[in-house]
Amino acid sequence: MTTTPTLLIDSRDPFASADGGFARELALALARADVPVTLFYVHNAVLGTRRGAKVKPHAELAGSGVTLLADAFSLAERGIDAQQLAAGVAAAPLDVVIDKLLAGWHVIWH
Amino acid sequence: MTTTRPSLNFVLMDAPLESARTTTAFRLLDIAARRGIPIKVFAYEGAVMLPYARQQPHANAVHGTSVEEENHFLPRTAVAALMETAQRQGGQLDWVNCGLCVDERGAGEPIAGVRRGSPVDFWQQATASLNTLVIATRD
Repeated sequence: MTTTPTLLIDSRDPFASADGGFARELALALARADVPVTLFYVHNAVLGTRRGAKVKPHAELAGSGVTLLADAFSLAERGIDAQQLAAGVAAAPLDVVIDKLLAGWHVIWH
Repeated sequence: MTTTRPSLNFVLMDAPLESARTTTAFRLLDIAARRGIPIKVFAYEGAVMLPYARQQPHANAVHGTSVEEENHFLPRTAVAALMETAQRQGGQLDWVNCGLCVDERGAGEPIAGVRRGSPVDFWQQATASLNTLVIATRD
């Protein structure tokens, strides 16, 4: 199994898509296999990063070593302030994706 | 000695004006262009319409607004601007449209700088690049 660091991009609304949990489940599985993994939320996927959102607890992901980031532009578009984010989730610029591509990470947009 | 910066390769699939994925794709291309990173794009399916040269702004009679007031966003102008930014920053944006996808859509009049290709071009782009990001169509 690959151990290449992996960036997963999740753009799906966790409340509107039955597939919304796929990226989180894959991130957790990769982290448990000791693969460095970052989960980057964009578009409506950032709705699930709000504190109190009823999605798979971000604390479990962060506790397993998954780095959780939410696109700052997508947050701003939806009026979500960084202080409203769940524990373990940080706002980040889209530059993260370019940085990981340049660093040779696997980058997968689900 | 001349050194060549490694390029990044992107695959786009969504048609213009339909998906937030394309907006974010343009944002990613803009970041790379501003850094002077050589960029390769392979446009599949509806994405071949992004640089279509015949895109035109229009007025809106229902709203009573003129062409200038509507100030429509035209994807072809964004593609051209990305090419200009890349070049200005010492990079390059090499955009290849899937030829069969172009024929299916009658999209054979792209803006300058766009070339026609096949999946072979995508393979060559991918093998020549440091990394590839596929931005696939999702409903």
